Amino acid sequence: MGDDMDIGGAPSAAVQDFLKETSLYLAPDPEIMNNHGLEPRTAFEDQCIGKEGDPVRLEIVRERILAGVNESYEMLENMGAAPGAKWGDCVSAVYTASGDLSLASSGGVVIFCNLVQYPIKFVNKYWSGDPTVGIKEGDVFIVNDARYGQAHNTDQSMMMPVFHEGRIVAWAGATVHEGENGAIEPGGMPSLAEQIWDEGLKMSPFKVAENYRLRRDLVTFLQNSVREPKLQYADMKVKMYVCRRIETRIHEAIAEYGVEAVVAALRMNLEDTDAEVRRRLLEWPDGTTRHAWWTDGTLRENVQIKINLALTKKGDEITFDYRGSSPEFTNRSNNSLDITVKGMLAQLFLTFIWPDIPRNQGVLAPVKFIFDNPSVLKPAFGTPNAQSMMTVFTAWSAGQVCAMKFLYSNPKKYTRVLAPWFNMINTFLFGGLTQHGEMVGNVCADINGMGGGALADRDGEHGCAPIFATMSDIGEQEFIEEEMPFIQIVSKKMMKDNQGFGRQRGGMGYQMVLAMRDSPAFGFMLTAMGAKFPNIPGLFGGYGCPTYPLSRVSGVDVFEILKTDPGSFRYSIEELMNERPFKDAKYTTHPMTLGYTLAQRGELYMISQGTGGGFGDPLDRKPEDVIRDLDEDLISHDVAWRVYRVVYDNETLHVDEEATEEAREAMRKERIAKSKPFDAFCEGWVKDKPSGKVPYYGCWDDKTMVHAGSPDTLHPAAQVNPPVIMANPLQVKIDRLEAELAACRKGQG
Amino acid sequence: MKVFITSMLTIDLDSERWECASCGHDIGNARDNYKKGLLVRERDPSEVHAPILDKEKYDFTFSPDPDWCAILEYCCPNCGHLAEVEYLPPGHPPAHDIELDIDALKAQWAKREPLDKPVLGPDFVAPPHSH
Ligand SMILES: [Zn+2]
Repeated sequence: MGDDMDIGGAPSAAVQDFLKETSLYLAPDPEIMNNHGLEPRTAFEDQCIGKEGDPVRLEIVRERILAGVNESYEMLENMGAAPGAKWGDCVSAVYTASGDLSLASSGGVVIFCNLVQYPIKFVNKYWSGDPTVGIKEGDVFIVNDARYGQAHNTDQSMMMPVFHEGRIVAWAGATVHEGENGAIEPGGMPSLAEQIWDEGLKMSPFKVAENYRLRRDLVTFLQNSVREPKLQYADMKVKMYVCRRIETRIHEAIAEYGVEAVVAALRMNLEDTDAEVRRRLLEWPDGTTRHAWWTDGTLRENVQIKINLALTKKGDEITFDYRGSSPEFTNRSNNSLDITVKGMLAQLFLTFIWPDIPRNQGVLAPVKFIFDNPSVLKPAFGTPNAQSMMTVFTAWSAGQVCAMKFLYSNPKKYTRVLAPWFNMINTFLFGGLTQHGEMVGNVCADINGMGGGALADRDGEHGCAPIFATMSDIGEQEFIEEEMPFIQIVSKKMMKDNQGFGRQRGGMGYQMVLAMRDSPAFGFMLTAMGAKFPNIPGLFGGYGCPTYPLSRVSGVDVFEILKTDPGSFRYSIEELMNERPFKDAKYTTHPMTLGYTLAQRGELYMISQGTGGGFGDPLDRKPEDVIRDLDEDLISHDVAWRVYRVVYDNETLHVDEEATEEAREAMRKERIAKSKPFDAFCEGWVKDKPSGKVPYYGCWDDKTMVHAGSPDTLHPAAQVNPPVIMANPLQVKIDRLEAELAACRKGQG
Repeated sequence: MKVFITSMLTIDLDSERWECASCGHDIGNARDNYKKGLLVRERDPSEVHAPILDKEKYDFTFSPDPDWCAILEYCCPNCGHLAEVEYLPPGHPPAHDIELDIDALKAQWAKREPLDKPVLGPDFVAPPHSH
């Protein structure tokens, strides 16, 4: 179980044998990469479980090792030099000798360590028996190439075998979202990457330390390949010592309980999780839930990209069928590897559905996946994937919606049904020279400020946590300003009316108004979807998020204005843009897909974090809850009336209950009067193809046939020919301008 | 016996019918798409997500682009409560989003106690304060 039901063809066994003998290049191994399930029990594991089968004792051992892993996570978070480490975008974990993720730290990003199983399996398979490499006690391996098993290339993982009496009994691993990796743009997540070679470092799993010491020649090579050489070295040391701490704690557990108990605990943790997940799936109704969503760009151009999901649950198994999703974009970075989709969905189950389940990969053992191969969620080997979040987060949210439609009816729940969490990285990436003369390239911790989805009985939490790490931090702005040459003049202030409306409303997103101050060369970058089509829906009658633009005020130095005319400054995006308080400044809006752009001192870059989805009909929202949001300046009078139909005294905010109920009843009657029965509505409204106003990618109604930009041409899914190759947006612009120019000249002639 | 499928829709297992959770109105065969028994209307996205930035001045206003996005609202034909809101590219076929195996559901609930309201799930209990 766990093998993909792969839609593409697989080479025959004879061909595979031939390739194995004659391979000149050890690319990621499909046998490893296509299996997200558990490795078979080894003979030694069998022997250990035979000797140590008492679940109570194994639980004690498990908790003991987990305490060690959590200790190592604290080290990682406190010593890690990357901003990502400081704000919790990191993780540490223990793997079985075969490489399965058995125990992840209680904090941190589960998807990161879920994916480290693959490079460990690669090292086991290819390097253990290779006379030029081998695996010895004190060795440490490193990886960052997502295709060998990482969430994206901006993460770096280190892996250390844990030996006992000459035998590998476990692996320790540590992963940090490092940011900088020498890609075509700073910060490690290059939107500009048109080839995998534009994505920066491509570390396949290799040995970087022996006898617990980093090889300085290799470290220097890696430093030489990135914009932040000090960060590269510092965090390699940190990750190695984090692994070493885990190794120490495992050795101590072995000394106290015996090696059999430790090995049995790591293995049974996986098998017990698999069994418990199957038992819980039996509680769900059988059937299929479906949800499609659209992301609105590649980061280089705005196009409509479908992510199509049918989630089928039968008995104790569940299948995520993503067929009909968009074809891959062969020269864009917004494709997501299938392993990333799977790892994110492990995170969905482990943090949003069954937060009480041990954090390991057993949770995915009863889960099957189906992808078109290739497609935007299972791109070919040479297709860039550095900005996988642009599609994997949508795939994740589709999974969240589908799962909630199975969960609501269950009499036994392990956590609450939740409207969609906000899912996009509405945050600034930055790069350049700091006020201290350091070269940096990284991401603001505001990435972690996504608004939470509403619950059946509670509003979502504002600026709460990212979908990939429920326990992370949005950072201290003042602390960041000590290190970086920009300030957030407006920081963490909720944006009015940026709300997922509902009976319970989504947790809202805050504004970020940035200006660069003290650097001769410093710039910003944005990599977020959702300026045309919202990123998430609501649930059960609740609404989703609005769309999010980048707003800019240029041709102005606000630091001078704050000195000479501070009263003219406005402390919200809405007021700054609508009132235009600075004469002669230029005010513009854009999608949140800014390529790396050098900033001028004192010009404003402004975005907002997103809101979680609303839950239930907004007309059922308690009037006092609407008034509270109004009083807290979270919504306007317009929203209080237009969306929630609450009648109150504008001065005192005293609610007129009777008038409110009347207004709501009138609105419900208006709904009925203005609506049509479903079939009659569809007859007039549903079209047999996309409108053609927007380039469209993915299926329309038949998931076996996909569009690749044009509304009039369909291709069999996974067989798009010619493949999708996007034109350079600058060239598109030049061609358009040249055509205009030619037309003008002709007109004059 | 009634099963609470969403906060606005129940299935009566005996009659195998979708029903409105708010007013009990009969919506349709539980083996079929519940949307067929609801009323639908299209909303211009700016009616829901109104522009926050002045739409006369700017291309991007926090309001979805109507060429990219339509919002469909499904309500009960009797009481007018919203059961579902669907965001789609204009003209895209609506999803058959919940298709349950009714026989399996009946077998599952034959072993369960009927509920008079949906189960919310465990409450968050803050850990005890200690120093
Ligand atoms: Zn009703």
